[in-house]
Amino acid sequence: MSKLLVEEKKIVLPGEVIAEGMDFLPGKGAFREGDNLVSSKLGLLNMNGRVVHIIPLSGRYVPKRDDVVIGYVKDMSYSSWFVDVGYAYEASLSLKDATADFIERGSSLSDYFAVGEVILTRISNVTREGNIDLTMKAPGLRKLQGGKIVDITPSKIPRVVGKQGSMISLIKDKTGCTIFAGQNGRVWIRGSSPEAEKLATDAILLIEEHSHTSGLTDRVAAFLEQHAMEIKK
Amino acid sequence: MISREYIESLITQHTRVDGRKFDEYRKIEIEYGISAKSAEGSARVKIGNTEVVAGVKMELGTPFPDKPDEGSIMVNVELLPLSSPFFESGPPSIDAIELSRVTDRGIRESKALDFKKLCVRKGEKVWLLFIDIYPINTDGNLFDACNLVALAAIRDAVFPKIVDDKIDYHEKTKTKVPLTKLPLACTVWKVGDTFLVDPSEAEERAANARLSVVFTEDGKICAMQKGGDFPLTEEEIMEAVHLAEKKTKELRRHFT
Amino acid sequence: MKYSKRNDGRKFDECRPMKAEVGVVKNAIGSAKFQIGKTVAVAAVYGPKDLFPKFLQKPNTARLRCNYNMMAFSGSGERVRPGTNRRSKEISMVVEKAFEPVLDLSEFPKAVVDVYIELIQTDAGTRCAGICAASLALADAGFDMKDLVCAVSCGLVGDQVVVDLDKSEEDFEGGAVDIPIAVLPRTGEITLLQLDGEISKEDLHKAIQQGKAACQKIYAVQQAALRAKYGQEAKQ
Repeated sequence: MSKLLVEEKKIVLPGEVIAEGMDFLPGKGAFREGDNLVSSKLGLLNMNGRVVHIIPLSGRYVPKRDDVVIGYVKDMSYSSWFVDVGYAYEASLSLKDATADFIERGSSLSDYFAVGEVILTRISNVTREGNIDLTMKAPGLRKLQGGKIVDITPSKIPRVVGKQGSMISLIKDKTGCTIFAGQNGRVWIRGSSPEAEKLATDAILLIEEHSHTSGLTDRVAAFLEQHAMEIKK
Repeated sequence: MISREYIESLITQHTRVDGRKFDEYRKIEIEYGISAKSAEGSARVKIGNTEVVAGVKMELGTPFPDKPDEGSIMVNVELLPLSSPFFESGPPSIDAIELSRVTDRGIRESKALDFKKLCVRKGEKVWLLFIDIYPINTDGNLFDACNLVALAAIRDAVFPKIVDDKIDYHEKTKTKVPLTKLPLACTVWKVGDTFLVDPSEAEERAANARLSVVFTEDGKICAMQKGGDFPLTEEEIMEAVHLAEKKTKELRRHFT
Repeated sequence: MKYSKRNDGRKFDECRPMKAEVGVVKNAIGSAKFQIGKTVAVAAVYGPKDLFPKFLQKPNTARLRCNYNMMAFSGSGERVRPGTNRRSKEISMVVEKAFEPVLDLSEFPKAVVDVYIELIQTDAGTRCAGICAASLALADAGFDMKDLVCAVSCGLVGDQVVVDLDKSEEDFEGGAVDIPIAVLPRTGEITLLQLDGEISKEDLHKAIQQGKAACQKIYAVQQAALRAKYGQEAKQ
């Protein structure tokens, strides 16, 4: 008889036996040990048919192809930029993937992206050795000027964005801020006033703190409503 | 990550990242006896997200020849990589040495400790106080945090028992270490053209200059240290001193 | 020599009171405090990040680097001189080995993960408290781990097998044997074992059995601490 020992959406800890029997299959964050399925991560149990996944609640960003991320330009060579995307190693953005412009031989790369600048970019390739390639060739990818960046746990970014972008739209509407959420846990915010930016920041931190409660959208809406009044005063 | 430009732009709009006033400290908490089993005195200080611990260990040593009837102190700050991604393992960095020395001077020069009462036998045996300070989480303003935690740990300290000229560390006496003054530090930071106190890590990175000023309760200045890459004018120095005086008066409330 | 009653009145197979808290160092990606009796350890995890010099890099996984340190005021006698020494280096190494069988860092090839363990107050059993804290910190950091790691010292005080020796027991005039062990709670496998003293095979076996049983109690404290930080998110 196969049996699930932990309810769906409940917290599991590393090493915890989450299911008995052969009817369940280990997905991400789980492994088989004899007749049992065991969790290898701190996270929430999630079922997908017979496959048991553990959705992490913490942890560093692990780059995946096609992720849109926010990066800091750290360094450059003759033909590429090195960008911190929150992984152990810097990612690289080559000249041909950075711009459609014709760049003359020997011109300075800092005319395009200078060290210290912030870019919204996409991961075009990840090798098993941890080499990451970036591209700027997709709609919306660009340099992010001004504003601030809030760091949150990368696994919570989907909640900040919400279904079809509902949550992030709510925050944008109520605060009037421009917001980009990178899959790597960095959220860029720029608004018309420091107060508006602080309100958007607080809303995002509220989502991070309560990311796995239900009724989160209502809670955030109420929070924004209440404080948006204060800003107007 | 909060950039220098962002912090500077907020300053021109008269605000800070967390909405504080320029002369406003984060919440300060002091806890005593956090290593009571091991140290002769110990304390923890939290200023917002910055947390430091300190302990006092006492040893018997010989006095300096020019001060045969006085004991001594030694302050040591170690910037633990446990407390910040910006600190690295290895020998003390110059930042750690500066913090140690500024904290040491504030206590030593104000004669906050009655060094004569640390004498056991003139010319032969005196008490040496080792005050070791460690950040647990670093988010700015270590200068003021180290000063507060050093004083709190000394305030908590009692003499161990001496048996046959040796210290019995397992037997504490009821005699408090003679802390007679409270030289409190306030470090004023110049960001853009504005002075502020109690910066976060990001605000420290955006600062051009800083001035630590240590005040005793009778309004005397007993130690100062200017830091940062930019100069300060005479007027600015006096403005910073004035602000530090006001803030150290407020900080004093945490010790009543 | 006979040891018929423990100095603090505990049962021979009883641990001192324990307390654990997760997330105590905000700057770290994972952190925890673990207290057993009067021994207090804090652990924080940083990384994964670039590892230099390059020859230390592992091509398929990250390297785990532990750093055990006693704060200068945390010893039971004189001040501990700051900086690393042979003792702290050896402990750091055996702590690394205690995690090696459970920690999977293959998502981060060539990188390094740093675990810093600091002792704020000590009353024996420091490396074990450090392992308990580090285990929580690594789980908090979200790394793949086949199990938590629990650790306790067991051994002999006089003629009596005991667990979780305090300093007064380690210093017992009739002699003491200190056996720190680290245990994987699900499988019962042992990932750290050291022994300091003189003991019979029979007493060793009994001590390890009692130590393993004690680790189950430590495990419960660790689980509760992780749930206290993350648990509330599952409710409602």
